[in-house]
Amino acid sequence: MAHHADARAVTGAHDTFPKLLELNAVRFAARPAMRHKDLGIWRTWTWAEVAREVRDFALGLGELGLKRGDKVAIVGRNRPKLYWSMAAIQSWGGVPVPVYSDSVADEMAYVLEHAEASMAVVEDQEQVDKLLSVSERLPHLAHVIYDEPRGLRDYDHSRMHAFEEVQEIGRKAAGDPAKVKALDEAIALGKGADLAIMLYTSGTTGRPKGVMLSNDNVIVSAKNGGLFDGLTETEETIAYLPLAWVGDNIFSYAQSYVLGFCVNCPESAETVMEDRREIGTSYAFAPPRVYENLLTQTMVRMEDAGPLQKKMFDYFIGVAKEWGEKILNKEPVPLGARLQYAVGEMLVYGPLKNRFGLTNIRVGYTAGEAIGPEIFKFFRSLGINLKQLYGQTEASVYITAQPDGEIYADTVGKPNIDVELKIDDNGEVLYRSPGVFLGYYKDPEKTAETKTADGWVRSGDAGFFDPKTGHLKIIDRAKDVGKLRSGALFAPKYIENKLKFYPNIKEVVAFGQDRDFVTCFLNIDLTAVGSWAERNNVSYGSYQELAGHRDVLKTLTAHVDAVNRSLAEEPLMGGAQIRRFLVLHKELDADDGELTRTQKVRRGFIAERYMPLVEALYDGSKRGRIRTEVTFEDGRKGIIEGDVEIIDMTVHPVTGSAFKEAAE
Amino acid sequence: MRAPSATDIAAGEVILAVDNVSLSFGGVKALTDVSFDIKKGEVRAIIGPNGAGKTSMLNCINGFYHPTEGRITFKGETRPKMRPHEAAAGGIARTFQNVALFKGMSTLDNIMAGRTLKMNRSFFWHILRYGPAMDEEIAHRRFVEEIIDFLEIQHIRKTPVGKLPYGLQKRVELGRALAMEPEVLLLDEPMAGMNLEEKEDMCRFIIDVSNQYGTTIALIEHDMGVVMDLSDRVVVLEYGRKIADGTPDEVKRDQRVIDAYLGVGH
Repeated sequence: MAHHADARAVTGAHDTFPKLLELNAVRFAARPAMRHKDLGIWRTWTWAEVAREVRDFALGLGELGLKRGDKVAIVGRNRPKLYWSMAAIQSWGGVPVPVYSDSVADEMAYVLEHAEASMAVVEDQEQVDKLLSVSERLPHLAHVIYDEPRGLRDYDHSRMHAFEEVQEIGRKAAGDPAKVKALDEAIALGKGADLAIMLYTSGTTGRPKGVMLSNDNVIVSAKNGGLFDGLTETEETIAYLPLAWVGDNIFSYAQSYVLGFCVNCPESAETVMEDRREIGTSYAFAPPRVYENLLTQTMVRMEDAGPLQKKMFDYFIGVAKEWGEKILNKEPVPLGARLQYAVGEMLVYGPLKNRFGLTNIRVGYTAGEAIGPEIFKFFRSLGINLKQLYGQTEASVYITAQPDGEIYADTVGKPNIDVELKIDDNGEVLYRSPGVFLGYYKDPEKTAETKTADGWVRSGDAGFFDPKTGHLKIIDRAKDVGKLRSGALFAPKYIENKLKFYPNIKEVVAFGQDRDFVTCFLNIDLTAVGSWAERNNVSYGSYQELAGHRDVLKTLTAHVDAVNRSLAEEPLMGGAQIRRFLVLHKELDADDGELTRTQKVRRGFIAERYMPLVEALYDGSKRGRIRTEVTFEDGRKGIIEGDVEIIDMTVHPVTGSAFKEAAE
Repeated sequence: MRAPSATDIAAGEVILAVDNVSLSFGGVKALTDVSFDIKKGEVRAIIGPNGAGKTSMLNCINGFYHPTEGRITFKGETRPKMRPHEAAAGGIARTFQNVALFKGMSTLDNIMAGRTLKMNRSFFWHILRYGPAMDEEIAHRRFVEEIIDFLEIQHIRKTPVGKLPYGLQKRVELGRALAMEPEVLLLDEPMAGMNLEEKEDMCRFIIDVSNQYGTTIALIEHDMGVVMDLSDRVVVLEYGRKIADGTPDEVKRDQRVIDAYLGVGH
């Protein structure tokens, strides 16, 4: 099934990142490798310049005592120096360990402690402060290097250095041929099979695990991913997702090194939209949330637009809905429709794509969670080649992806190049590929549970192959697919996703395992509901007040009813209609441990934390009361009290025919 | 950002002294015989109940009002009839209790406006936008971009300030004051009307300005937590008179202050 094509000039000789960098410094010497918007101006580094920056820093790290196998934590947002430090660390055979920069100090301490990080390269004072606050737990940590010196002037600098300072040390060391030779030898010594990077998975259960990926894992996966979509060195991407996430490591680091394309670092987290527009990315990657936000913002703005614009928008979005996808998939389309679409492109789609920064997009992926079919189709109908991908940290991302022209809203595509797939008896998806991880760091037990001796990995997700398309479909986490007491199938995520596709609903937690019926918690989306409130002169003083507003509850009830109706049409899921629900008084938040750092709900934890509310859902009460502790970003805690209404739903009779069962 | 232009005054020495200042408007006495000093590099807070004369005091310092009695010495120089623009040229910048920005102009233009004093080329050259004027404009733009970076307002660089939420407007106003590279920065209730998060941000910026550029800061603030955390020394006014002066701890323990202002429990 796999077809091995020649991945340009990259051969087996360039089996580590420092070697790839040396290659790029020659083959793409004058091409841009990285851009960063700073002080309002895009600054560009060519591959030759990046190679120099990395080398200076690597020599400096050598002077600080970095050795083969040492782990170095990288904490911060997407900034050039943090990406350079990865290659510099790898030059000595060291292992970068990117850490989520929005982790609270305790989470960060756990990862650094577990990885036994001997150094840390961090973005700014905020991260330095976090590390200092837990320094007694980190006896291995010898040096902290920071990118942004602001506010750090008066800190004790005996074990702390500015990035430039380390480069300066490196430039001095470059005068000594022995030291240069030592670095060159260290680079030459690196092999494809060596540990390249360690990524801590956010873990929906328990403590994060350190996924060990070798150079081969990452480089071969990046190469295959590039072949799958025909990517070249002319792509432009914007790096804005967490460094600690495997996706960012592949798309903003590994693939850039393998293919030679340019990675753009935004000015700040708030300017990503604007920066993306200025760059005009050709290759994009985002969790569904990002696309959801784009769509919500567009719709909210259109509500405020003049009647003419609104009419025009509605009309051409209608045209796009009918023909856009077909044109994108290169299906036959009548001339009249093509002309209408062309006018729409000029008046609506073009300007919209420009707003989104997706004018030049060739390949856009969404992954991490299911995307709402409406959202997915909206972007595709505008001519944006948005596709779905299914990946995991343990697979160096790539498991399945949708090939161009074979796009379905409810599948995750076909196996990527060199990936083998099979479905276990319990419905769990298993895969084997060159990207399959070496193991979990210091956890052979967990490794053995996940990875078989012959290299198959248990994904933990339940899925099946769609007989019509041959694509993989993911239902839910395998361990989450449960049963109601009646024996009816209960797939919480499936229900949650159906509800989350309504813009008013931000987060859903469904309960039902071994219960008599299904219930759920809802979180309103403050942007969408807030805008509705503004338009309808509904005044509210707080999130809590808005979430409990009569009319909001009425709207949400209608959404839940619609979901029940659609569940009733599916014999497999019809038994799992939502009987009762409530709207939470606070937003679920990663700082409170309710979401993972990648914003997935931690169902078990939430069920425990909101026990009184769950009980209220099942004991027939009309209201539920609860006191919950909240953690602010600086670590302080407060109490939020809630008194929420519980709403009863009517259940629709299951109508659908049994044809779906055949598909299982 | 470059350090503000150096003076002969070393950190810790008095940069601005207020001696026996009184101010009256007709029969109303706004300030009566107030004396205190501000040392270079410190964060000096002026607190007091409503109508205590805090803003009047700031207005005297930057030359907006002229004291009816007493004198104000800035960098060793006493100028009885100093005008606000002279104060600005001398290195005193301020922000206002009610944000005073050019609402229709962008963040960038507002902060650029703060550089006006530093422009050396003539109006004529600037109209042409050519030659030395262009070089100057670029240099100033760079400085302003550094302030924008410093205050983390890149995302609103081109937004008209009238459209911004209040907390951000206050930040822009601070930016405009910083654009003057002041030696003394007067902040009139920099945190009024802000929510907790905005207050924390503003505190951090004030501390950073003080640490990084050694700018001397005098601020009026109502939030006691903020005052006690931020300032090195506090002067307390009541009905136009000074009733206490010292470190936050000393002031907090002063019985007259407790009676007048802080109330019970602080």
